[in-house]
Amino acid sequence: MTEELDAGLVGRQIAESGMLGEPAPDRHEVGAARRRKEDARLVTGRTHWTDNHQLPGMLHVAFLRSPMAHARIVSVDTSAARGLPGVVAAFSGHDLAAEQGGLPCAWPVTEDIVLPEHPPMAVDMVRYPGEAVACVVATDRYRAADALEAIEIDYEPLPAVLDMTAALREDSAKVHEAGNRAYTWKYAEGDIDAAFRDAPVLIERTYVQQRLIPSAMEPRAVVAQSEGDHFTLYSATQIPHILRIMLAQVTGIPEHRLRVVAPDVGGGFGSKLQVTAEEVLVLLLARRLGKPVKWTESRSEGNLTVHHGRDQLQRVALAADADGRLRGLRVDLLADMGAYLMLVTPGIPILGAFMYNGIYKMDAYDFTCTGVFTTKMPTDAYRGAGRPEATFAIERLMDELAAELSLDPIEVRRRNWITHEEFPYTTIAGLTYDSGNYEAATEKALALFGYDKLRAEQSDRRDRRDPVQLGIGVSTYTEMCGLAPSRVLGSLSYGAGGWEHASVRMLPTGKVEVITGVSPHGQGHETAWSQIVADALGVPFEDISVLHGDTAISHKGMDTYGSRSLAVGGIAVVRACDKVKEKARHIAAHLLEASADDIEFDGGTFRVRGTDSGRTIQEVALAAFAAHDLPEGVEASLDSDATFDPENFSYPHGTHLCAVEVDTETGATKIRSYVAVDDIGKVVNPLIVAGQVHGGLAQGIAQALYEEAVYDAEGNLLTTTMADYLLPSAADLPEFVTDRTETPATSNPLGVKGVGEAGTIASTPAVVNAIVDALRPYGVHDVPMPCTPERIWRAVQGATS
Amino acid sequence: MIPAPFDYVRPSSLEEAVSALADAGEDAKVLSGGQSLLPLLRLRLAYPSVLVDIGRLPELRGIRDEDGHVLIGAATTHDEVLRSPIVHAECPLVALATATVADPAVRHRGTFGGSLAHGDPAGDLPAVAVALDMEFVVHSPSGERVVAARDFFLDYLETALGPGEVLAAVRVPKLGEGWGFHYEKFHRTAQAWATVGVAAAVRVSGGAGGGPRRVEEARVALTNMGPTPVRATQVEAACAGVELNGSATGYAAATPNGAGPGAGLDTRNGCGPGGGHSALREASAAAAEGTSPPADLHGSPEYRRHLARVLTHRALLSATTPA
Repeated sequence: MTEELDAGLVGRQIAESGMLGEPAPDRHEVGAARRRKEDARLVTGRTHWTDNHQLPGMLHVAFLRSPMAHARIVSVDTSAARGLPGVVAAFSGHDLAAEQGGLPCAWPVTEDIVLPEHPPMAVDMVRYPGEAVACVVATDRYRAADALEAIEIDYEPLPAVLDMTAALREDSAKVHEAGNRAYTWKYAEGDIDAAFRDAPVLIERTYVQQRLIPSAMEPRAVVAQSEGDHFTLYSATQIPHILRIMLAQVTGIPEHRLRVVAPDVGGGFGSKLQVTAEEVLVLLLARRLGKPVKWTESRSEGNLTVHHGRDQLQRVALAADADGRLRGLRVDLLADMGAYLMLVTPGIPILGAFMYNGIYKMDAYDFTCTGVFTTKMPTDAYRGAGRPEATFAIERLMDELAAELSLDPIEVRRRNWITHEEFPYTTIAGLTYDSGNYEAATEKALALFGYDKLRAEQSDRRDRRDPVQLGIGVSTYTEMCGLAPSRVLGSLSYGAGGWEHASVRMLPTGKVEVITGVSPHGQGHETAWSQIVADALGVPFEDISVLHGDTAISHKGMDTYGSRSLAVGGIAVVRACDKVKEKARHIAAHLLEASADDIEFDGGTFRVRGTDSGRTIQEVALAAFAAHDLPEGVEASLDSDATFDPENFSYPHGTHLCAVEVDTETGATKIRSYVAVDDIGKVVNPLIVAGQVHGGLAQGIAQALYEEAVYDAEGNLLTTTMADYLLPSAADLPEFVTDRTETPATSNPLGVKGVGEAGTIASTPAVVNAIVDALRPYGVHDVPMPCTPERIWRAVQGATS
Repeated sequence: MIPAPFDYVRPSSLEEAVSALADAGEDAKVLSGGQSLLPLLRLRLAYPSVLVDIGRLPELRGIRDEDGHVLIGAATTHDEVLRSPIVHAECPLVALATATVADPAVRHRGTFGGSLAHGDPAGDLPAVAVALDMEFVVHSPSGERVVAARDFFLDYLETALGPGEVLAAVRVPKLGEGWGFHYEKFHRTAQAWATVGVAAAVRVSGGAGGGPRRVEEARVALTNMGPTPVRATQVEAACAGVELNGSATGYAAATPNGAGPGAGLDTRNGCGPGGGHSALREASAAAAEGTSPPADLHGSPEYRRHLARVLTHRALLSATTPA
């Protein structure tokens, strides 16, 4: 066919050289378990991790961090450090005060929120341990680290503020002048007093969402470089686009002279959804010194100063009828902000506000959240961000209600959940769940789990008074993700929109470059986007490259978090493909001397309906590049831009069942079996989905059993190493049984929902419910998280003594 | 994290190592597999002036079957210990405990002598050393001396090794016939240190037509129950002479105080309140006597004392269960 094309000399050379791509007509990529095309370079490390960047003349910065939780800085003397070999400069907060600006908070959730100044480097006060108080820039990182020990700082210690309840008392020491209450945010729907008045069943509980430390495999790293009045910042970040706007505001570097690059990034889980002190300071140092500057944190430094997650005190009350039907739910939260409000700190517990009702119908709901300042590392987004906390509370409460009424926990849920005929359903929290089928997911999970058989074994162990008891935990969760509709975010005082962007450009050889505004950090976007584009354009999977994470390449986008990439960014890719196809159809019609209305597109080829006459999309791309013979008004080259802004969130759901053996003599637990049936709508790549579910489960189980950031009475963080902050490895986790039901989302053309957070949201209550279920005969109705062996042992002791 | 500056020496013989240490003075440290020392350096919890690297000295590596004991070179890696048929045949308790040390990566670098010389009571091997009465062969400029395990561990991270001394090898006595072994480690994650560990070696007579099975001798040592590994001497004394009637099928159902599952707490699967098993439980009740366990994020002293009792019982049961 190509000889018919008038694509000029270059076009003929391309065609004759065999470089021109060919369609892949019979391949169906969406839904295939493709191995990830990015993994070879990611797992070997032969790629551009931020710390791999070596720039000419590059300097290294090390930060001196406050050993105190709360203190006045009396003096900082960097003079001795500056005289050491290899040291180029040393600065205190005072030295940088005039130019360092303040770290941003983009989500002031109320009008009267207290928004304290947040200097990237402490100037007069330190308010959490690990806060940067000085820095050394040297020719290598070893000299920089050594020189930190020569800096003299005189502190005047102030009382640490650690406990949220105590922090709100009048006599508490203040973290900030304005007091320790950052904000109070309320939501109410229905007549809550009526729901609780004379309620036959009332369950009141207090749950502690312990503080967690996100532990991405790649530590944070930043490299900044100036070229004249232009700057480039490389950062292990989830949000290059947001970071650019924010850094422009903080530093005064105009946006068009600042390029932000997120090269390959090794995990984030929300911890790299941030504008960090170190990003600002490294950029300022590169500007001040005129040389590239690099910083890579150590794991211990990261445990102190990566923003933390969770840390809420949940006072919850559930009113129900005697048959278990829910009447109302009251939630009164204290949320630990830490010392400052970072990028979306105040909004995290508010994201949970819409999820406490879970999958259930009820008459009334009342939610209050008070954000509290303490002298700890600020909290912010961590996998699930507000939704795991909410899901934990409601799923724990549903198990408590079942126990109170001597009902099976599945049955009490069945009596309350939204049935599949009722969708779309507007919940008491004001969200409209577009689709779902809780019955189907639950039936499938029960069958895979062998629920009745495990219940029989449980009963047997109870009868035998086996010191190793068996517990079964249920979690029927939903979550809101695919962040998000820009209009909704606006109504919640969020500082930006939630749309997403994609470009698709066909190169002269028929290969495809996809530019995406989302910013992968391990999820496998390059593979999934290639699958979507392959099907949409009929080109081979291998002929597609996905470009991302560089504001000079991907000029707009809202980045990756909140399980939004596929449900928002993936749809932008679909739309961009649609535009390419539409343009190509017109060009093909022109080349085939037919009307565009008579052109059909199938398997990568445009054909005149009812004839054999056609052009492959690659041939059209080549013709569009040559532009020798384009229809009137059609621009050269075959490419497009599209954005997508969904009308609604998406709502994955599922049923997770967990069986745990509890050794009542030692308090040890062992997960016997774990079944996760998730409904995440349509699936692009089941292998990637399985990976997300497995990792999510591990992270949720880790909250239930292992992880906790612990500060001592003076406010020092005790869990600065992995010997003390326990992360489970594969050796500590069971085989997971994962399966899916498929109820397509109605809010996007692919019917996808998002899977990044589901496993984490669902699994924590499933595990704790199982432990409590095992111990109910001992009179135990709660074990605080993490459910350590000692805590379990004490719960048994306390209940039996 | 980045260690403070230090000098590094890699001697080519034990003799050179000893003299290098002597030259370096009190602030020198011996580096072997580095699995304990390097984290301390990187966290700047230790500031040695010189590291003397003995990790590659061939004379410090290897396992030999000698008269009455097994000689394990100090720089032999845990992995080499685990792969040694001599160790499995002659001192299986060493193999049992070594298999629980950290993870494969650590076991490929960390050394047998290193984890003993580090003197961390949370390590798995010190308790095994005192349970088996190992002997430590120590070199210094003035020659060689031998230190008994009970005299080796002085305090938290403090051993009988003086400045200038290098642990060259460890002699593990062969115990002969009739012994059973177990190392019961309780830890929160696979890679974590023991919250509490119990090393047990028990000699049992009789059985299989030779009369009732009887505990002749028991050696029990505890991991992480004080600043040094502890021999549970009261448990050992109480075990001697205990008859294991092997008929203990008693289960919680057999307990008289049945008021809900909690009442069954003092029994365990297959080890109910019958005969010798009950006596072993009673003997284990003294496991925490004289200990001073640490308080940390993984357990309070009270919980560790409780664990010591439960785990000692389990270790004794396993060590006395015929293979």
